[in-house]
Amino acid sequence: MSSIQLADQIFVLLKHWLVGRVPVSLQPVVGILITVIPIICVFPALFAITTILERKGLGRIQNRYGPNRTGPFGILQPLADGVKALTKEDIVPANADKVVHFFAPVVLVMLVFLAYAVLPMGRNMAAVDLDCGVLFFFAIGSGTEVAVFMAGWSSRNKYALLGAMRAIAQMISYEIPLILSAVAAIMIAGTLNLQQIVTQQAGYSGIFPHWYVFTPWGFAAFLLFIISATAESNRSPFDLPEGESEIIAGYYIEYSGFKFALFFLGEYLGMFSISAIAITLFLGGWAAPFSFLTWVPSWLWFFAKLVTMILCFIWVRGTLPRLRQDQLMNFAWKFMLPMALVVLTSAACWRYTEGWQRWAISFLVVIIPYSWLGHGMMSNRKLEQRKYRFAE
Amino acid sequence: MLGGGILKGLAVTARNVVEGFVSKERLTTVQYPEERVPQVEATRDFPFLVFDGEDPMAGLRCVACQICEKECPPKCIYIDKSSDKKPDATGKPQFYPARFDIDISVCMSCQICVEVCPFEAIKMDVEFELSTNDRFDDLLYDKHKLAKSNEYYNHVHPTEAAAVDTKLAVERAKAAARAAAAAQPKPAAVSPAPESGAQA
Amino acid sequence: MNLSFLIPAIILLVGAAAANMLRNLVHCVLALTLAFAGFALLYFGLGAEFLGLVQLLVYVGAVAILIAFTVLLTGGGTAGEQTVLSPRWLQGFLLAGAMFLLLGYGISKSRFTAHAATSVRSYPVSLIGDALITSYALPLEMLGVLLTVATIGGVVLAIREPRQASQSVKVDQ
Repeated sequence: MSSIQLADQIFVLLKHWLVGRVPVSLQPVVGILITVIPIICVFPALFAITTILERKGLGRIQNRYGPNRTGPFGILQPLADGVKALTKEDIVPANADKVVHFFAPVVLVMLVFLAYAVLPMGRNMAAVDLDCGVLFFFAIGSGTEVAVFMAGWSSRNKYALLGAMRAIAQMISYEIPLILSAVAAIMIAGTLNLQQIVTQQAGYSGIFPHWYVFTPWGFAAFLLFIISATAESNRSPFDLPEGESEIIAGYYIEYSGFKFALFFLGEYLGMFSISAIAITLFLGGWAAPFSFLTWVPSWLWFFAKLVTMILCFIWVRGTLPRLRQDQLMNFAWKFMLPMALVVLTSAACWRYTEGWQRWAISFLVVIIPYSWLGHGMMSNRKLEQRKYRFAE
Repeated sequence: MLGGGILKGLAVTARNVVEGFVSKERLTTVQYPEERVPQVEATRDFPFLVFDGEDPMAGLRCVACQICEKECPPKCIYIDKSSDKKPDATGKPQFYPARFDIDISVCMSCQICVEVCPFEAIKMDVEFELSTNDRFDDLLYDKHKLAKSNEYYNHVHPTEAAAVDTKLAVERAKAAARAAAAAQPKPAAVSPAPESGAQA
Repeated sequence: MNLSFLIPAIILLVGAAAANMLRNLVHCVLALTLAFAGFALLYFGLGAEFLGLVQLLVYVGAVAILIAFTVLLTGGGTAGEQTVLSPRWLQGFLLAGAMFLLLGYGISKSRFTAHAATSVRSYPVSLIGDALITSYALPLEMLGVLLTVATIGGVVLAIREPRQASQSVKVDQ
C-alpha cells in the first residue's frame, strides 16, 4: 500500500492491529473501546482549543488582545479554566430537585457524545456505519431538549425556567429548517448513510469537486443549515436563552463548578457535531477541495474543515448583535421554513434536469423567492424616527 | 438584499482582526503593567499637601483653616489644629495642622477641597496604584504621607503649578512690599501729632 | 429471553411504572420520556432502525416536551404533591385487571410465536421509502393532509385570541 494510503488509513490500520493482538473473546469489546476512547479524548481537546481560540478571536475582533498571560499567547488558559471549573464549590440550591438537577448535565453530555458515533471523520473512519446515520443524528439532537428542560425546571428558579422555555422553543423552531435543508442533500445523494453521502461528493470534474455547496440549491441549503445550526446550539446571535447580559445564563444559572463546565462542554461539542454534519452533507466530508490535493490524508481535511467552520462561528459571534426572541422565531417560521421548502424544490429541479439548464433553473428557483421573501421581511421593519408619547 | 448588512459587518470585523496584527492604531489595547497610557495633565486621583522648600513639615502651606474639612462631601479629611504658631513662607506666624488625615477609601476625588483652599495648600495627585493589603490603616494617609514638594507638583501638573507659582509669587511680593513699606515710615511718623492720631 | 430484549423491557417498565407512581407531575413526565426511550431501544432490538429513530425524534424530542409544557401551563408543576393511592383504588384495580386479561388473551391467541425473535434482519431504509411511495401512497397522502389540518388548526387557535382581546377592548370603549 502506498505511503499516501498508509497515512490516510493509519488510524484504521492501528485499530485493526491492536484488536488483532487481543484474544478472540475480548475482541468486540476492545474494538469498541478503541473506537470510542479517541473520540472521547479528541473532541474535548478540540473543545479546550476552541475556548482559547474563541477568546483570542473575539478579542482580536474587538480590537483587544485575548488572554495572553497564562503561558505564551495564553495557550495554557484552558488549563486554568479547567482547574477553576473542577475546584469550584458545587452549589445546589436548597429548593432544587436534587436528582433531576444532577442528571440534567449528565443526560446532555451523554446525548451529545452519542451523536459523534456516526460522523465520518475520514475514509472508513466512522465509529458506527449506520444505514440511517443522518436520522440518528437528528434524533439524538432532539433529545437534548429534554436535558435543557430538566436543567431549567429542576433549578426551581423563574429565570432558569424562562430561559429553558425560550431555549426549547428556539430549538424546536429551528429544527425544521435544519432537517429540511439536510433533506435536500439526502434527496440528491439518495441515501441516509453518511459515508455514502461523502463518497458521492468525492468525485471531481477537472479539478473542481462535486461538493453540494457549489451548486445553487446546495449553497442555499448550506446557509440555511448553518444558520439553524447556530440556533440549535444556542450560539450568538441566537444566544438569548443563555445571554449573559439578558437572563444571566438562563437555564444553567444554578449550576456551578463542574456541572457548569459540563453544560459548556455539551454546548461546544454540539456545535462541533453539527458542524461536522454540515461538512459531511454539503462540504464533501473528508474529500479534498481540489483533485491535485488528494494526497493529504482524509482525516486531516475533515479536521481542517471543522476548524474553519469553528472560526466562522466565532467570527459571526463577534459580529452580530443578539436576536430578540420574537425576532428569531419570526425568522425561523416566516423566512427559513419557506426558504427550506424552496430549496427542496430547487434540489428536485436539479435532479431532473441536465447540463447548463439545471444550473440556471436551480439558481432561479432559489433566488427569486429569496429576494421576494427578503424584501417582504425587510419592508416589515418600520425604521422611522422614534415618536415618544408622554403621559398626560 | 437581505443579508447584505451582515456581509458588510463580517467584512468590518475581518478587517479588525487582520489590521490588528499589523497596525498599532487598530489594536488600541495597551498591555497594562508593562505599557502605560500616558496620563493627561488634568488627571486627578487623591489629594496631597504641597510644601515649599526642603523640610516637609516646616514648608507645609496648610494653615489648618479647616475649610476643606468642612466642605468635603464624604467628610474624609480629619484636621487637628496645632496649639502654637510657626512662620509661613511670608514670615507671618500661622497655625499648622498637628494632624491632617485623609481616608482615601472614602475620598471620591471631587476636588472640592482643592477648589476651596485659600492657600493653595492641597492639590490633586495623579497616582492610582495605591492598593494595599490592609483596608483600614494603610488607606488612612497622614500628613507625612500626604506632603509632597512643590517640585513634584510642577512635575505632575505643569501648567497649573506654573499658574499657582506665579500667583503666589505676586502675593508674596506684595506682602514683602507691604512689610518693607511698613518698616520704612516709622521715623517719619513722629512729627505731626493729629496726623499720627488720624492714621492710628 | 436475551439481553437485547430484557434491558429495554426493564427500562420501559420502570419508566411506565414510575410515570404512574411518582408524586411530582414533572417527574412523571421525565419517567414517561424514559419509557419512550425504552420503546425506541426495543425497536432497535427488533431491527426496525428507522422506526426506532423516528420514535426518538418524535416522542422524546417533541411529544415529551409538549407534555411537559402542558403540565407547566396548566399548573401541574407547582401543584401540591398528591397521594399516589386514590380512594377508589379497588375500581381502578378491577378495571386494569380486566384490561390486562383481555389483552393477554388476545396476544396468546395471535399468530406471534416465541421463535420469531431469534433471527433479526434489519431492512435498508430505502425499502420503507419505496413502500411509502408505491403501495402505501394513499396513507402517506392522508397523513400529509392530517398534519396540514393540525398545523392550520394550531395556527387558528393561536391567532384567534389576540383578535378577541382587541375586539373586547373596542366594545368597552
